[in-house]
Amino acid sequence: MFAAAMAGVLVTMALALFRAFAGPSLYDRILAVNSFGTATVLFIAVIGFLTGRPEFLDLGLVYALLNFIGTIAVLKLMQYGNLTGKDAEGEGEGEA
Amino acid sequence: MKYICSLGVVLMGTWLLWSGHFEPLLISLGVLSVALVVALTHRMDVIDHEGAPVDVSFRLFSYLPWLAWQVIIANLQVVRVILSPSLPINPRMIDVRATQKRELGHVIYANSITMTPGTVSVEVGGNTISVHALTDEAAEGLETGEMDRRVTRLEGIR
Amino acid sequence: MSGDAILDLMSWVALAAGSVFCIIGAVGLIRMPDFYSRIHAGGIIDTMGAGLVLFGLVLHAGLTLVAVKLILLFLFSLIAGPTAVHALAKAAFHSGMKPLTGPGGKDRSN
Repeated sequence: MFAAAMAGVLVTMALALFRAFAGPSLYDRILAVNSFGTATVLFIAVIGFLTGRPEFLDLGLVYALLNFIGTIAVLKLMQYGNLTGKDAEGEGEGEA
Repeated sequence: MKYICSLGVVLMGTWLLWSGHFEPLLISLGVLSVALVVALTHRMDVIDHEGAPVDVSFRLFSYLPWLAWQVIIANLQVVRVILSPSLPINPRMIDVRATQKRELGHVIYANSITMTPGTVSVEVGGNTISVHALTDEAAEGLETGEMDRRVTRLEGIR
Repeated sequence: MSGDAILDLMSWVALAAGSVFCIIGAVGLIRMPDFYSRIHAGGIIDTMGAGLVLFGLVLHAGLTLVAVKLILLFLFSLIAGPTAVHALAKAAFHSGMKPLTGPGGKDRSN
């Protein structure tokens, strides 16, 4: 059954990857990659249970963090052209 | 000082949870890391009520179950839209009022709106939030203002 | 032990439902006509898909440290996901991308 869940998540990843390639706009691609990342976190977690190694959850958490930071970093790069950022208005605010 | 302490406690608890080891060496490494992070955040001058909203955290326990139920309902609505062959969407931009007093309240409200499928907060400015709604149901559900009232109550300032 | 069997069954049901919601969300990501409506489809994967899959894993793990980690992972993604999506929508809106409006998303608002 873990394998079935993994298959489902894999299908999700494939569809998200299709949207990432199809575009059409850059924002569609970023959104698709973000969803792909969420699916990857789930995939890593399920793999950990399938192989009986729950330490994989730590990798999943790191991937979730990277997914978030990556999305914000790409948006910031697009808006400012660099990652230092003029402090006009940061797009990465709101860590509630 | 209150916020520094609560931040340190939360960080230390997180460290213990994620490591799961209780040897003296690893715990002392944890204490060092927590001290470093607290020192850095203190130097960045971001330790204030927003960084460690302790009082809001407790009221969150009554808000989250309601939010979870709303998210489930909205999920089923959007799933029905996606699975129906004609794709019956009616997207529009609407402005909703945010009656929260502080930025933190606005952030929680906007985050709740975005978390609920069918509505995405696009722009938060002053006391209004621009929202992209996917269907009539989603837009009308938000315009009743119930979520706004509940977040304002969560914030706790009258 | 019938209690364990019931827990197992619930765990399987949650995992299966979670993957189905993930796939539906991804299908929505493909089917929706414009960027803003695709965000809503992505939201299904972030909330219901991830929630149900991780809930199934929590039921499987029982009352252990692993379950606490799974719940924390879910809470983090609940806070970070909408924040990233809001930043994305705001950036797209400020770049001048107009959402489709009207029934079926036929009209382009201006």
